[in-house]
Amino acid sequence: MIRQIRDLGAWGLDTTRGIGRASLLFWHAIWGLPDLRSGPRLFIQQLYFVGVFSLIIIAVSGVLIGMVLALQGYTVLVRFGAEAALGQFVSLTLLRELGPVVAALLFVGRAGSAMTAEIGLMKATDQLAAMEMIGVDPVRRVLRPRLWAGIVSMPLLAQVFNSVAIWGAVMVGVHWLGVDEGSFWSNMQGVVKFTDDVLNGLIKSVMFGVVISWIAVYQGYDADPTSEGISRATTKTVVYSSLAVLAMDFFLTAVMFGIN
Amino acid sequence: MPASTNWIEIRNLTFRRSPTRWIFKDVNMNIERNKVTAIMGPSGCGKTTLLKLISGQLQPETGSIRVDGLEVNQLDRQGLLALRRRMGMLFQSGALFTDLSVYENVAFPLRVHTRLPEEVIRDLVLMKLQAVGLRGARDLMPSELSGGMARRVALARTIILDPELIMYDEPFAGQDPILAGVLRDLIQRINQGIGATSIIVSHDVAETASIADYIFVLADGRIIGQGPPDEVMNSRDPMVRQFLQGLPDGPVPFHFPSSPWPADLRRERRG
Repeated sequence: MIRQIRDLGAWGLDTTRGIGRASLLFWHAIWGLPDLRSGPRLFIQQLYFVGVFSLIIIAVSGVLIGMVLALQGYTVLVRFGAEAALGQFVSLTLLRELGPVVAALLFVGRAGSAMTAEIGLMKATDQLAAMEMIGVDPVRRVLRPRLWAGIVSMPLLAQVFNSVAIWGAVMVGVHWLGVDEGSFWSNMQGVVKFTDDVLNGLIKSVMFGVVISWIAVYQGYDADPTSEGISRATTKTVVYSSLAVLAMDFFLTAVMFGIN
Repeated sequence: MPASTNWIEIRNLTFRRSPTRWIFKDVNMNIERNKVTAIMGPSGCGKTTLLKLISGQLQPETGSIRVDGLEVNQLDRQGLLALRRRMGMLFQSGALFTDLSVYENVAFPLRVHTRLPEEVIRDLVLMKLQAVGLRGARDLMPSELSGGMARRVALARTIILDPELIMYDEPFAGQDPILAGVLRDLIQRINQGIGATSIIVSHDVAETASIADYIFVLADGRIIGQGPPDEVMNSRDPMVRQFLQGLPDGPVPFHFPSSPWPADLRRERRG
């Protein structure tokens, strides 16, 4: 019994310490004077690795999810003779929920895990220590460009996801199942509000970008410098980020859409 | 006031990895300017830890570490980074940046700390690569280098800013005799060439003793022997002799602490 209480206490202390370390690292990584000489180049390089390399998986998943959404929506709506509302059903589902959340989950698996593994490996091979010894702050040089690249690319990727998913829905709904193209688009335009739907979805994906990139860089930087440690850190990034995205989505949805 | 002949002064240093595992207990050490000082001792005695303490990568439990008159533990982050710019460290693994070519690895410190024109950077990088015999490998990536080549490139990167202190972490470990000899000559030439203070952490007795001006032998969290190489090599201390002569058992035990061997066997039979 005493041992269990002690273990619980130790777990509590470790967790609190971890949250403290992660918060300090976030603060240190996100703020501070930008390095004007190499900062923009490093940021663009990371934007390419984190954002552009995630485009294919985001686009392919987007098309497929849009197609499935149209198919499922059509089978329900057609029973009530409301298949013309397919455009509004698909667009609201994507812009408010599926776009930001699914793009974020794909981003965690594609870019978050890669960020953690890369930083962890740099730590294990003494590259971060070498940087410190050269008098360069690895938080500024390695973590900050990755953190900002994640924050910037996440909402852009979510918008790409939304666009191709709507295109997938048009292919299935309009060109295959025969929903009237005019009603599809006009219903969508009539219902979707920029601030309520597009902007709220964008805010969600920015928040997801912050949380995912934060967790990914922290886990990499704090990883045990062994192969087992890096593997554990990568797993933690995927698990913690996915749970954080889903939990945050609920709270953000409650705040944005629930109190009307 | 004349500058002290000691570049590094360590006083009453204690450090532990865990509440029960002491690495250093009340260690005192002076490292002289422009000399090659060797830190030797069996594996796990804290040689690399000592380098990390000197460079401020680790904080001691108690005691003081002064580098060129600066108290390392009391420096803020900027002060520490500024001090490290005057130091170079050759890591055991080389620690080359895997996303940069050999040329860019060596140029890295120049690019971040100076505003030299590209032609000057090129000349300096090629000069250092020539010194380590790898001018022809400038366009290779770290993944294309052998272990010995990677360490020589890392050495070129370490000396590119002509540091006042160079720390070598096991420079001879895992090297064939030719490469070990090459590295030994390079270290000696670099120390004389740029007038640096060098610390070599190693358990390679022959190679290290041949270039060191002063040797510290560490074991059990304390200094068990120190002096010029001749003096240390002729030490009568049983622990120092065991280490230098490579005897498998002695004051430094071969076996990890455990219950008596017969008792362990009997327990197994009963179980």
